[in-house]
Amino acid sequence: MGVHVRSTVNGDAVEFTCPEDEVLLDVLRNRLGLTGAKEGCGTGDCGACSVILDGRLVCSCLVLGAEMDGKVVETIEGMADGAKLHPLQQHFIDGAALQCGVCTPGFLMAADALLRKNPDPTEEEIRFGLAGNLCRCTGYDKIVRAVQAAAKEMRG
Amino acid sequence: MSLDSMNPALVEKHFKVIGTRVARPDGVDKVTGRARYGADAAMPGQLVGLVLRSPHAHAQIVKIDISKAVKLAGVKAVITSADFPDHTQGDRGMMDILENCMARGKALYDGHAVAAVAAIDAATARKALKLINVTYKILPHVTDVDEALQIHAPVLHPHIYTEGLSEKPTAASNWNKHGEYGHGDVDAGFKEADMVISRSYKTEQTHQGYIEPHSALASVSPDGSAEMFVCTQGHFVYRNQCATLLGLDANKLRVTASEIGGGFGGKTHVWAEPLALALSRKANRPVKLTMSREEVFRCTGPTSSTSIDVKIGAKKDGTITAAWAELRYQGGCFPSNWAELGAMTAFACYDLKNVKTVSKDAVVNRPKTAAYRAPSAPMAAFAVENTIDEVAKAIGMDPIDFRIKNAAKQGTKSSYGPVYGPIGIGPTLEAAKNHPHMKAPLGKNMGRGMACGFWFNFGGQTCVDVNVTPDGNVTIAQGTIDVGGSRASIAMAVAEELGVTYNQVRSIIADTSSLGHNDMTDGSRGTFSTSKAAIFAARNAITVLRDRAAKIWEIPASEVEWRDGAAHAKGVNHGNRTPLSLKEIAAQAGQTGGPIAGHAETVADNAGVSFATHIADVETDPETGRSLIKRYTVIQDAGKAMHPSYVEGQYQGGAAQGIGWALNEEYVYGKDGRLQNAAFLDYRIPVCSDLPFIDTQILEIPNPNHPYGVRGVGETSIVPPLAAVSIAVTNATGVRQTHIPMSPPRVLKSLKTKKK
Repeated sequence: MGVHVRSTVNGDAVEFTCPEDEVLLDVLRNRLGLTGAKEGCGTGDCGACSVILDGRLVCSCLVLGAEMDGKVVETIEGMADGAKLHPLQQHFIDGAALQCGVCTPGFLMAADALLRKNPDPTEEEIRFGLAGNLCRCTGYDKIVRAVQAAAKEMRG
Repeated sequence: MSLDSMNPALVEKHFKVIGTRVARPDGVDKVTGRARYGADAAMPGQLVGLVLRSPHAHAQIVKIDISKAVKLAGVKAVITSADFPDHTQGDRGMMDILENCMARGKALYDGHAVAAVAAIDAATARKALKLINVTYKILPHVTDVDEALQIHAPVLHPHIYTEGLSEKPTAASNWNKHGEYGHGDVDAGFKEADMVISRSYKTEQTHQGYIEPHSALASVSPDGSAEMFVCTQGHFVYRNQCATLLGLDANKLRVTASEIGGGFGGKTHVWAEPLALALSRKANRPVKLTMSREEVFRCTGPTSSTSIDVKIGAKKDGTITAAWAELRYQGGCFPSNWAELGAMTAFACYDLKNVKTVSKDAVVNRPKTAAYRAPSAPMAAFAVENTIDEVAKAIGMDPIDFRIKNAAKQGTKSSYGPVYGPIGIGPTLEAAKNHPHMKAPLGKNMGRGMACGFWFNFGGQTCVDVNVTPDGNVTIAQGTIDVGGSRASIAMAVAEELGVTYNQVRSIIADTSSLGHNDMTDGSRGTFSTSKAAIFAARNAITVLRDRAAKIWEIPASEVEWRDGAAHAKGVNHGNRTPLSLKEIAAQAGQTGGPIAGHAETVADNAGVSFATHIADVETDPETGRSLIKRYTVIQDAGKAMHPSYVEGQYQGGAAQGIGWALNEEYVYGKDGRLQNAAFLDYRIPVCSDLPFIDTQILEIPNPNHPYGVRGVGETSIVPPLAAVSIAVTNATGVRQTHIPMSPPRVLKSLKTKKK
């Protein structure tokens, strides 16, 4: 048995059947081979599995795969425009905003979701916008600065 | 480091690549989701491994019945300690590691592994765990370090008799090791003092809190060969330990390190890896074993909780006449020497005539602790720096001037033995004193604290291969794990030596069958030791390049020198030749003697001790007890900052971890000996909105024992924050904070005690 799901992931149509209790994170990682979203906790506390579902930032460990039926999913694998990195991705590299990098996909998705809603956030708005994502390496300093720099570039 | 081995001339070097802020080679992979971490790989036919864990803090395992689990369709292997025959040949330390991976006879903590299964999918594996029937006989337990050292405490191991005493004790106990450090006569020193302060402190247990849970993908073949893809800080060490524990030949176990999602000392020990290998061997299929977050908290290696007494005496003029401390640390359920490290580091910042530290290491019914970034030093610094602060205030001296007056310097005999070479404690204190942060006004309910920290740094075994590709570029194979950007730094060092651009050089982490043994990335050794080996390897490659140029020119190699990425003929007979570039020599390698390479191996001694001074401004709400960091400054000696952005990142990351430890993070055990907060929701690490920007200042006091003057930089940044933040809260509230973390209820309690 299972649930029949049709969805769009990073612009590609996907179709599969999965058990009712399989979470979106496992669908992405194990069924669709998209391992960019990470399982840091499985309880929605760390944000490493962040993806954008129909325009809304979600922890994919807290969403069922069945819930993506008929919806559009964006993951880290779809963020760059081909070989051209998104400004957030480029500023994360240039500004040394990652160390181990395991939280980076989640931070980039959260920052992208934030800037879509608020293209000119204050430092405080960035800090609260990213408060659902845990990073243990950086102390967040260079992450906040990279988001500021990317936001500035994107505003033109 | 010995004084006679110093040669400052070696480090007076003008760099072209070192000190720039290049992009890391793994950057694009990490921002696009391509980078493969421990759980991101797969092997054909792989099974899912899961572990059954003890719910009891201390229990005899009377019987394990796996018969039902084995019969469940889809289950391919069930293992218990019976599947791990003793290959340790009397090595008690290895047996402790094995026993920690899988309980043998007794479960020693909540979460101790007692059995494991491999099945075709996670649902089947979960069902199988429920079908394993373990009969326990519950034993009395102890989780607090001071209680564990009491005479009537339940004894964990009948074979532990306190080590390090002049006479062997008559009975087994939980006190596994006694140690003493220092010099001079502290009793005489205290008699000389005008002011003596004694204080007792406690710190709670914390976890490294890396975001990536442990994961291992293992495949053992019936022919005795095996491979493993795993997240680790040291794949050679994992290879060696797993081979020993499973009775495999090390050369037949090939371990490939995944990208590592943080470690901070927590990925220096094996836990799941021997189980994944044993499951694979029994099932005859690859097995992937990934821990849940709950397992990471309950069953890996957090740091010690501690109880520390400090006594410091000083004259009115600010001279410390004597310093004494007793440090009691628990190392979890197996013997450790964490208290000893605390005792060695406690007074390392100061130049003391009379100093003594006593360490007591204890076992308790908690998970076997592992290193956590400058392990043991933050707690010792917390206790010592608070007492220093109190003594300074008691004699009416500015705490920073008091520290400057007593700071260790070149030639000081350290409190743990060695005589210091050129060191940075004095300069970091002077820089703090002159920093604008120290003069900034404070608001209501705010306090400022400053504190110092020390870490030894480590060198260890390292080897590096440098290979020139036929198109004239360069590859590096390094064997130390890159946790925070060391592949970039190592490529920078080789580019600097060869005189080529950074973009022409690429470094990878080689697997255990491609390179000789390398120690793990710990002790802040990664960039220090690996760059040292890489520089020597590049120099060996240059020798080959000069030989090849000499062959092409048909002149003696002694007439060829290497500079700016090319061979130059020198001397009156040859000086007019057009230089031969790396690319030109590489293109002719096939005709001049074959591939061009340089290899170097070293035991990188004299890593160069490290010091830092931190300044913290904290606002504490007197109604809720909640503290917020309003401003934070890190000043640390890096020796030479190879990649300043990554050095700053280490300073900021360590400070943030220390702030979390100071204010929030804590293992909470119930009376039943079970961990009550094994999740990020209840074990709260700092989030982005908890912190301000963390200001950094890099000082560069060259380490004479590295060709470029590099010191390790990764760990020292976590040493001062517990002290700096607690002194700030003390200044904000008027009540000396002696118990870490300063969670709101604990601070409120301290304020109420003051009112009484």
